[in-house]
Amino acid sequence: MSPTIYLLLSALLFAIGAVGVLVRRNAIVVFMCIELMLNAVNLTLVTFARINGSLGGQIMAFFVMVVAAAEVVVGLSIIMAIFRTRRTTSVDDANLLKY
Amino acid sequence: MSPLTSAMPTIDYGAIAPVLIVLGGACVSVLLEALLPWRVRGRVQLGFTLLVVVAGLLAVIVRSTSGAPAVTTLAGALAVDGPALFLWGTLLALAIPSVLLLADRSVEPGGAFVADPVALGEAEEKEKAREARVAVGARSGGGGRSRARTGGGDGAGRDGAGRDGGRGRALRARDTVEGHTEIHPFVLFALGGMLVFCAADDLLTMFIALEVLSLPLYLLCGLARRKRLMSQESAVKYFLLGAFSSAFFLYGLALLYGYADSVKLADISQAAAGSLRPDSLLFGGLALLVVGLMFKASVGPFHTWTPDVYQGAPTSVTAFMAACTKVAAFGAILRVFTVAFGSTVWEWRGVLWAVAIASMVIGAVLGLTQTDVKRMIAYSSVAHAGFLLLGAMAITPAGLSATLFYLLAYGFTTVALFGLVSLVRGPDGEATHLSAWAGLGKRSPVVAAAVTFLMLALAGIPLTSGFTAKFAVFSAALADGMTPLVIVALVVSAVAAFFYLRLIVLMYFSEPAADGPTVSVPGPFTTVAITLGVVVTLLLGVVPTAVLGWADGLSFLG
Repeated sequence: MSPTIYLLLSALLFAIGAVGVLVRRNAIVVFMCIELMLNAVNLTLVTFARINGSLGGQIMAFFVMVVAAAEVVVGLSIIMAIFRTRRTTSVDDANLLKY
Repeated sequence: MSPLTSAMPTIDYGAIAPVLIVLGGACVSVLLEALLPWRVRGRVQLGFTLLVVVAGLLAVIVRSTSGAPAVTTLAGALAVDGPALFLWGTLLALAIPSVLLLADRSVEPGGAFVADPVALGEAEEKEKAREARVAVGARSGGGGRSRARTGGGDGAGRDGAGRDGGRGRALRARDTVEGHTEIHPFVLFALGGMLVFCAADDLLTMFIALEVLSLPLYLLCGLARRKRLMSQESAVKYFLLGAFSSAFFLYGLALLYGYADSVKLADISQAAAGSLRPDSLLFGGLALLVVGLMFKASVGPFHTWTPDVYQGAPTSVTAFMAACTKVAAFGAILRVFTVAFGSTVWEWRGVLWAVAIASMVIGAVLGLTQTDVKRMIAYSSVAHAGFLLLGAMAITPAGLSATLFYLLAYGFTTVALFGLVSLVRGPDGEATHLSAWAGLGKRSPVVAAAVTFLMLALAGIPLTSGFTAKFAVFSAALADGMTPLVIVALVVSAVAAFFYLRLIVLMYFSEPAADGPTVSVPGPFTTVAITLGVVVTLLLGVVPTAVLGWADGLSFLG
């Protein structure tokens, strides 16, 4: 099977993630969609590493995983903080700052 | 390529000393945070942070005056060349007033950040014990006067007249408890990320640096002592949008890796000169990459987080973020455009024309409608990002030096301006609504004069750094054949001048409201930070040649 199909798959996953960020209301789900986008990028990197026949892409995928993990720590702590004060994680309810 | 034959990369420690100092300092600062008792922590952390920043600045100065050649080090991950050193100097110089503003305890008693839980618990214990004593004293007929202090300079409406006395005292005691000192390691990590971000010579390093600079900033935004809900909301918005945009940056990186089989900027440029792969990978990758970079620089249509986060974050954090993030992001934009995409400039510049126009127009027009000072400055920063993009798009030595100068000038003006914004206070913290600023010129002429001067600098009036910077950027853009853009920029400058002048008119030509805000007398930290910003703004306007001379003749490596 041609590796190109994995590029299409990862593009599709990235698009699903991006649409999810735009339409979902729960901050946690939005955040999961962002993680989906990052993992779609990982798939792209690994596929290109295979196509190009170099190792760089696979190593970069590890970097992305580490960064994603660090982002989870910070993101969930921020979402926790706002949940404690507001008792909700809906991004529509956070509407003090606008216009 | 067998792993056995791969040699360790050589590391030029002298070149990367500033980065090592700042990131090493950040690690030590975390240890100090863990090991020191909270009573001395604030002072030690502040002293240590300033020491680290000054040491980093000295390392940059030593490096740039020693005439050492530009190098790429760490296996091509960092390029320490002229522009990188200039940007490092700018970032570290801006960090000094920012750290001073962050550490200030005179304007907001206890600092602008949420109270330390350990200190808070101890204060509450003490307050309970005192209340018990007072209750005993009152029963025996003594007038147990509370010694809880009443706000240093912003006591208006807080002396708890109609309030249950005990509760009021407890609340006031809570107010004075020192804020979190974690802000210092956060700032150092963010600063280290910024230093790497604008010197990164490959996209992966740039991505890691982007996250290292962003994550502490997300957290800092949510730590405000007052207006907690707004502060946390700004943190959530900044985080979700920031992570979203960094995913775009990363996908761009992946596409460029597919195109060039490398993420080194020089390799991408080489591949663009002749590669068998489809150009859609190159330009798709560039577009996604640019979205991520423009987001950080709060340019044009990617600015939506800017006003919310600038308004919601504690003002001292906003000052740091507005000045330093912009410098780092534009440093990275300049490097990516010049080194990686300089050879294909004619094919992508048209799109960036649209982005620059959108940014300038959005910033100026939406800035007109704002009623909050911090939001207004945020929209002004969007317009300024458009001007900066003009210089960054002209891939010429003149464009480079003009943009570098603009970043330095704009950074100092912004830090000082946010420092002044933090001084105007009402009963519940900062009074940032425009109506609260009416008649400030009568009540507090010095603050009003300083704000006026900085507003004129943002508008680009001669004898301020804003004029010199705009002149340099516009003439560089003009020389590179972007006449229509420069005309738009001039019109937009005129529109933007309206809302800067509106604030000045409001301060001088309207009567102060009876229950208007008070202007706190700042302590030494804030005074130094504001004075530094104002003096640099003036000096760069009157004698810009020294810095322009330094910025001239710098060029990227590769």
